[in-house]
This record gives sequence, structure tokens and C-alpha cells, in this order.
Amino acid sequence: MTLKAQSTQETENLTAMNGNSVIDNTVLENAAPSSQPLSYRRAFMLVLKRDLTIAMRHKDDIVNPLLFFVIVVTLFPLGIGPEAQTLSRIAPGIIWVAALLATLLSLDRLFKSDHLDGSLEQMLLSPHPIFVLVLAKIFAHWLITGLPLILIAPLLAVLLHLDENSYTALLLTLLLGTPVLSLLGAVGVALTVGIKKGGVLLSLLVLPLYIPVLIFATSAIDTAALGLPYSGQLAIIAALFFGSLTLAPFAVGAALKVSTN
Amino acid sequence: MNPLSKKTSTPLISAVNLTCIREERLLFDELSVEIYPGDIVQVEGPNGSGKTSLLRILSGLSQPYDGQILYKNEIISLCREEFHQNLLYFGHLSGVKGEMTAEENLDFNLALHGNKTQESLAYLAKVNLSGFEDSLASHLSAGQHRRIALARLYQSNAPIWILDEPFTAIDKQGVAGLEQLFSAHAQRGGCVILTTHQDLISIKPAQVKKITLDYSYL
Repeated sequence: MTLKAQSTQETENLTAMNGNSVIDNTVLENAAPSSQPLSYRRAFMLVLKRDLTIAMRHKDDIVNPLLFFVIVVTLFPLGIGPEAQTLSRIAPGIIWVAALLATLLSLDRLFKSDHLDGSLEQMLLSPHPIFVLVLAKIFAHWLITGLPLILIAPLLAVLLHLDENSYTALLLTLLLGTPVLSLLGAVGVALTVGIKKGGVLLSLLVLPLYIPVLIFATSAIDTAALGLPYSGQLAIIAALFFGSLTLAPFAVGAALKVSTN
Repeated sequence: MNPLSKKTSTPLISAVNLTCIREERLLFDELSVEIYPGDIVQVEGPNGSGKTSLLRILSGLSQPYDGQILYKNEIISLCREEFHQNLLYFGHLSGVKGEMTAEENLDFNLALHGNKTQESLAYLAKVNLSGFEDSLASHLSAGQHRRIALARLYQSNAPIWILDEPFTAIDKQGVAGLEQLFSAHAQRGGCVILTTHQDLISIKPAQVKKITLDYSYL
């Protein structure tokens, strides 16, 4: 009975649509009244909110890279030995290399699931410019993976006897450097998203691009340990950040178009 | 709509000399077609004949090997924003996220394409999903996923609908409803381009233009 009732209601709705065909005709010819004016900010917030909602409901995405980061860092004292001097010498490198690998591990999620369920196609076909949507996705990725790394890094630094003077430098380099990892990584993911087993290829593509960040970040932390100014290294990482912030979203957009072709 | 008025109006979307090659196999060659307001176009052909490729090229997702797609006589890459505002593409994959509820999915889809989201509950009711608004999509069936994605059709004011196998996993009653929706859309001055292996039941064959892809002899 209910089914029948629903179907008659549906036909009524449809006949109503037919009846209004004169009015509706103008609707289709001109810009639709039910559509909203396009705004970059609204498109950005829309995608950001969606990605954060999905991450909150799928908590392994947040927890797994973080646990990986912690485990990799704790392996070093076990393997090398607990002498404070050796550990504090290699601490910046360990923390940064572990951060690179943890980011790499989480990159796949950036576009893969959207590609598999077809929502990536829909994003490419939306009237919003692709770089706005891409930037929102990358920002969401950084909030989910980069930010937790920054929050937990000081704790791991204690574990590795990092020099007291270096804590600020560690936090500043991570704060400026992890967004670069997300931005550059996104280009690699966008290029490999159409390939079935692109995981290894992705790391081969992306890890070399991370080298400059690694060099200048660890150098800044080492310099800070000596009590010297490290603003030069920070400035270079900041330049890398702004360079990739402006260019990467366009590269990602173009790469996604090629990958879905 | 009589044939005379068709000739005077500009085609909504037209393909000029399309050639598509996939994996070194020619799928179609020199394909030209003009689609006017009020047209319902059914793309036919056996599996692997390039139906999906053609629809993806028409929507601008794929690039043809040769040829061009025009929206109101303008190349689509030059009027991307306007073309995408007037296009609704529904592919093999429904674009529904399992981690989000039916309503969140529809709201996102509507907002992504610049539509308002106030009445999304009503549209879910139209595709028989009332009561499932707050269920996570991962708990719903394949057919219900398709229905969430298809609910957008009820809201859409885009004149060009490109639908790849819209009837997959939809029950008989749903198919009938969709067919009525298509004829209503055509009467409003929109056009529908679809692929399906079923015959359209409630739409008269005379109303349906057919593009048959069968280059298997090449």
C-alpha cells in the first residue's frame, strides 16, 4: 500500500513538472535560480569540511601515520644504543626522515578513494576552479597528518635527547616544512592516481622532491643547537612553502586531468 | 518540438569529427553529432564499443584523439565554467562516499555543482530514500548508492544531462520514474544523452535519437 502511495505521489510530482513546462523552460535557458553564485571561499570550505568529516569517521587515517612516526623514531635508540651524545647528534635527521616517511604513507589517501568511487570526476566537472578544490583537499590532508606530527614531535625529541636550544627550530621547521610535504606529495599522488599499483612509483617520484626540505630543516636544527642564528635556513624553507603553495595546486589540477583521461 | 524550430536554434552540445583510439584500437572515427534542446539521445553498441568513452569525451573528462566538442558553438575548454554549470554527468561510479550519510552526500554533490541544498530531504524522498537520510552510505545497498547520486537529477537545472548507464541496479519502479523524469526534462528544453542496454519503455521510440557505435568490423 505504502509503495503504491509513494509511486502515485511521484507521478503527481512529475505531472506537476510537465504542467509547469512554460515556466521551467525559461529556467533552463537562463541561469538557474536555485543555483548559488560561485565563490572560491565557499567551494574551499565545502571540500575542507567534507574531507575533515570523512577523516573523523575513519580514524585510522589520522592514527596510523602518527603511530608509524612514533614507532620509526623509537626504533633508532633501540638499534643504535642509548648514549645521549650519539642520539642528540642524529635526532634532527631521525625526526625529519620519519616525518617524511609518515607523510608519504598518508599521501595515497589524498585522491585515491575519491578516484575509486567517482567523486574525483564530479569535482573535475564542477564549475569551481580545480585549484581551489585541490588546495582545500591538501589543507585538509595537512590538518589530518602534518599537524599531529608537529604536536607529537617535541615529545619524541625528548626521547632522543635533542639539544635544548633546538626545540624552537624543530617546531618552526616542521610548521613550515610539513605543508611543503603535503603540497609536493599531492603532485605525485595526482600523477599516479590512475595507476593500479602506484605506491612504489609514488615514493620514487616524491622522495627526491623532499630532499631540499630535509637538508635545510636539519641544518637549521643543527645550527640552533650550536646557538647560532638559523633564520637563513628558515627563510629558504619558507620560500619553498610559498613557492609550492602557489604552484602545486595548478600542477595537481593538470595532473588529475591527465590521470582521469 | 517540431523539426523546423530545431534547425533555427543553436545545438546545446555538438561533436565535430570525433576520433577515439583506446589501446591502439579505433573505437569511432569522424563522429559528428548535434544535440538540440529537447533531444533524448541513446548511445547504443555492444560492450567495449566506446559508449562510455564517447560520453566522457562529450563531458570533457577525456580528450578525443581528434575532433572537438562545442557547447553552444563554443569550444568547451574556452568556456569551462559555463559549460560545467550547465552539465550534469553521471558516470559508472556514483561518487557517493561511504563515510558520509545519504543527506551529507547529496548536499555535497549539490553544493559542489553550485546548487542550493535546502530541499535535499525532499529529493531523497523522491528517490524512495526517506528514512535513510542519516544512514551512512556504506550501510546502504548498491542500488541505494545510485539513488543518492540520481537524486541530484530532481534538483538539477543544468540543461545537458549525460548519463552513463543510469538504470544499473535500479528497480523497475525506479526506472519508470527516471524515464518520466527524462521526458519532462526534454520537454523543459533540456537534452538527455544516455547509454543503456534496456529499451526505454515509456518514452516513444520516435522521440529517441540513436547513436550506434559499432566499428568492430574495422
